[in-house]
Amino acid sequence: MTTPLPPGIELEKIDERIMTLNVGPQHPGSGHMRLIIKVDGDYIVSCDPDPGYVHRGEEKMAEYRNYIQNIPHLERPVIHDSSNILYPYCLAVEELLDIEVPERAKYVRVIASELNRCIYTLYWLAIYGIFLGHSTMFMWPAGDRELFIDLLEAMSGARVTHAFLVPGGVRNDLPANFEERCLRQVNYFEKRLKEYEAIFYQNPLLIARTAGTGILSRTDAIRLGTTGSVLRASGVDFDVRKKEPYDVYENLDFETVVMKEGDSYARSRVPYLEMFESCRIIKDALQKMPKSGSVRTKLKPNPKGGNDEVYRRVESGRGALGYYIVSNNRPEPYRVKISVGSFRNLICIPYLLKGEKLGNMPAVYWSLNYWPVEADR
Amino acid sequence: MSTIAPEFRLSRFIASLVDIIFWILLIFTIVGLPIVFIMLFYIKLPVINGQLLTPYLALTWLADPSRTIPIIKSFIHSTFFRVAVFPGFGFAALLAAATIFVERKFLAKMQLRVGPLYCGKIEGILQLMGDGLKLMSKEIIIPAKADKPIFWIGPLLFVGTAGAFVSLIPVAPGWVVANPNVGLLAVFATIGFFPIIVVLSAWAANSKWTFIGGLRALHQMISFEIPLILSLLSIVILSGTLNLSQIVESQKHYWWIVFTPISAIVFFITIIAELERIPFDLPEAESEIVAGWLTEFSGMMYGLIQLGTYLKLYAFAGLFTVLFLGGWNGPMVWPPFPTDIITNGITIGPITAKFPGLPLFDQEMLNGTLWFVIKTVGVILVILLPRGVFPRIRIDMLLHTGWYKWIGLAFVNIFIALGLLYAGVLGPGGLIQ
Repeated sequence: MTTPLPPGIELEKIDERIMTLNVGPQHPGSGHMRLIIKVDGDYIVSCDPDPGYVHRGEEKMAEYRNYIQNIPHLERPVIHDSSNILYPYCLAVEELLDIEVPERAKYVRVIASELNRCIYTLYWLAIYGIFLGHSTMFMWPAGDRELFIDLLEAMSGARVTHAFLVPGGVRNDLPANFEERCLRQVNYFEKRLKEYEAIFYQNPLLIARTAGTGILSRTDAIRLGTTGSVLRASGVDFDVRKKEPYDVYENLDFETVVMKEGDSYARSRVPYLEMFESCRIIKDALQKMPKSGSVRTKLKPNPKGGNDEVYRRVESGRGALGYYIVSNNRPEPYRVKISVGSFRNLICIPYLLKGEKLGNMPAVYWSLNYWPVEADR
Repeated sequence: MSTIAPEFRLSRFIASLVDIIFWILLIFTIVGLPIVFIMLFYIKLPVINGQLLTPYLALTWLADPSRTIPIIKSFIHSTFFRVAVFPGFGFAALLAAATIFVERKFLAKMQLRVGPLYCGKIEGILQLMGDGLKLMSKEIIIPAKADKPIFWIGPLLFVGTAGAFVSLIPVAPGWVVANPNVGLLAVFATIGFFPIIVVLSAWAANSKWTFIGGLRALHQMISFEIPLILSLLSIVILSGTLNLSQIVESQKHYWWIVFTPISAIVFFITIIAELERIPFDLPEAESEIVAGWLTEFSGMMYGLIQLGTYLKLYAFAGLFTVLFLGGWNGPMVWPPFPTDIITNGITIGPITAKFPGLPLFDQEMLNGTLWFVIKTVGVILVILLPRGVFPRIRIDMLLHTGWYKWIGLAFVNIFIALGLLYAGVLGPGGLIQ
């Protein structure tokens, strides 16, 4: 006997061959979200991503705090990439309040944000490794992440949520002997990265599993509005650091990593290659940085933004990350809108997973460089 | 909650031991002794050599080695000892568990971490025991819609089948639980039970993940059973027997891996697939299907399946040793039992005692066991170590390699074996004997 359903709720009628799987939020391979996957045998017929399990209301919260009080809570969506999620906020507030940032502070910011990008990418790489069943690739990046965490701890005092970047510069100056220490650890890390290549990226089983799966063509990548490593893996040469350079990125020597294949392997390889570029940027910035000087412009107490609106974006670990801030002559912003790379890359999951085998689901899903908490904000 | 192990104090350790001994003695005196006396009141005591065997006399005999050693020896050569302790269950479980501990530490070193550390004072040596105790103390949860009798019986069947498999492996000359003349066929028959158990327990759990995992396991096991059987045919052709002990004896001068390396490689890869180890752990692929066919098992039901997996691991490694690495054959390194003690006995001061039962184990058996253990542990380590190097592969790739490559190679190998046989090089009446 079936009980009648309340009005408005209807069960979806599907073919008997098709089975619906709820991957998440308790599933070990899903992250903080749900993928409603319909499978016909071993093939995925449709995939419906269902984010929103970790919504924090960051944008609404930002309307009730002034420009300085907003700093610590805005980095919560991606605690592994906290400098990069604060970077566009600082840039936007500086433009809004008309603040000039000291030259040394700009370099320190770049170093902090590149260190944080490495931390995030290593964390992501660890997850990608364990979801493909490669436990060594889980342990190695998780261990090497400590190198950068230690550096940022020396810079800011906190291991994960640094709140280091503030409007007007950075919170405090670099500690003594930071340059030598940073250089030594980055050089060591570059050696370790080459070992990753040998054990993971040149592994024949990994190549057989990820190459040719979940192909996103160049036109599709542009049409779906993807960003970051997903876009660059599909052959689009777009990096905010190159195209719209902010702070001192135009002075620094680095290249954009672009791969043409657009499959899971290319998408997983682009962030890895970008870590080499990050190391290059850090070393270059350490060399070109002014050796002394102020790192923070004093703000007026409780600064008020004008009747204005501003949009600034940076390249985060997951792609372009932008802040749109509207101000109405008050110490609090009238509206803050965060545009994150994760949510924009989430859109291509249904396109990529359709027609794939179920075994390819983690390989494709986690290759999108996707962070569920950031997507929910 | 602290994560650091408390500092080891010898005094506290001894005090706790004394405490435990005190309570055991107290409880035994209050409860145990009356029960023993009540039982003795009803039991008719036996008469041995004209003496009534009172409990006091039995205790004095226990202290006399010339009487106890024959009793111990007869126990050692009983069927119960063989099934439960030495070539059977206990030995297999202990060997597999010890090897897995070594593997965990080794893998941890490879992955820049420490591995088990706190449980058991010395480098976490009791970690597996701790895991087992934890599983025993956990609640067993049965899904509401599960087919309960089959779901309950699945783990038991799994352990039972694995135990049956273990009983077929000869460890030393004459030391095997079951020695049928069609030993290899019995092995194939036992392996054939595993997919049935897996699918039964997967379907009985009535969950989507177990369903998918069970189907994957079924595909994997069946498609890899055929190359497994085919790869072993060459051994049967060359040795001319199906009896595992006779196969070991046929390798007295050379191991079969020398003449049939392809067969050994195919067999080795198929046993990794049969054991569901990385890179072939698709039926338990965590990021895809939670834990596959094991998803709904909890508590000791899961523990039993893990125990069965360990036994299976030992049995497959032992089978590889028996078939390809010469089993117990090896140079005699074990020192012989001193003959003085047998002929003259031991003289301590004024007393000279003769022990009729000695030696408990003969030299060949101990030497054979030593070589068998060394080879099997090596094989188990090689089975486990790909875990640190390879990712998981996909089901279609697995089936493709199983049906095309390994079956093809196994056939090629049969022809090589037949060639060696008919050219008169090997086999019964061949050049090399």
